[in-house]
Amino acid sequence: MKLFRQAIIFFGIYLLGEWISKTFHLMVPGNILGLLILLGLLCSRRIKLEQVEDMAGFLLDHLAFFFIPAGVGILSIYTSIREIWPQLLLICIITTVITIAAAGKVTDAILSFQDTKKSKGGVRHAASDR
Amino acid sequence: MQLLTDNLLFGIVLSLAAFEISLWLSRKTRLAFFNPLLISIFMVVAFLLATGVEEEVYQKGGQFINMFLGPATVALAVPLYKRLDQLKQHALAILSGILFGSAVSILSVVFLTMLFKLDHPVIMSMLPKSVTTPIGIELSRQMGGIVPITVMAIILTGITGAVLGPAVIRMARIKHKIAVGVALGTSAHAIGTTKAIEIGETEAAMSSLSIGIAGILTVLLAPWLYPMAAAFFSLIL
Repeated sequence: MKLFRQAIIFFGIYLLGEWISKTFHLMVPGNILGLLILLGLLCSRRIKLEQVEDMAGFLLDHLAFFFIPAGVGILSIYTSIREIWPQLLLICIITTVITIAAAGKVTDAILSFQDTKKSKGGVRHAASDR
Repeated sequence: MQLLTDNLLFGIVLSLAAFEISLWLSRKTRLAFFNPLLISIFMVVAFLLATGVEEEVYQKGGQFINMFLGPATVALAVPLYKRLDQLKQHALAILSGILFGSAVSILSVVFLTMLFKLDHPVIMSMLPKSVTTPIGIELSRQMGGIVPITVMAIILTGITGAVLGPAVIRMARIKHKIAVGVALGTSAHAIGTTKAIEIGETEAAMSSLSIGIAGILTVLLAPWLYPMAAAFFSLIL
């Protein structure tokens, strides 16, 4: 029964997010609003971790399973990408490499900067966790 | 055969069976390319083509599986909440990295799709390629993309991140453990995080934290960054 009770929380919050997004014509999709609502409820301790942990585990442990039908949709649109798929694959590879370097480098630079500032001040914290 | 396929459970059972076999295959081979989702999709497609069952028939059951995508996105709040303390310690570095990475991902996709002269719906489908699938599907739908292309692009991006990630990190001289995690999670969502788990604990925590944040930031960035980037690139291309 625990999973059913927890399912109500997730499905309810999701529906609430969808409703807010549609009613107020927001650019933010309902599922993201739902994520933020649950995060807010957890932070304000209106919902305890134990009340949502099992269902979250069920949904997230095998998250990939839920995308199978969306992926199988490739069957009906295959003709429209038959000619461009090498470009799409190339774009995936190039942009991913650039994104890894960009996100990592910025984080790395800021952490190094904070490290040197701290060590100059004489107090050396293990901020870098290197 | 028709007796079987008339039932809504047909699509669900076929998906479950394909997923189970794929999980077993990916555990056996331990190759990044044997991604369970990718193999599952191929198996279902192959089954439908071999038996001549229409995709619509499969999707009747598939809709029930789709239904869980929304609640699964909501569930991403739980790992995010658990790692909130780690985020607070290095908030500036982590958030800047994820924000910059997400923006660069959008900009590079717009540039390359325009360079290859791809159609507008295809560009919209590629925009969310670095974010986790439930968020990417929703963003693609909202911006007028083609969802199956988005799903494929997200999987291929994840595999690229897991395979090439460590080499890119080495070449870019990204040294801090936190930065390595942010790089993998921001660029390659959950599949990149599986690589981060192999590297170490801090990397794994930071990578899984980055998944949700990159998703949220991309959703907030894409609707206004795309038109600006498109206008700019159309001047120089």
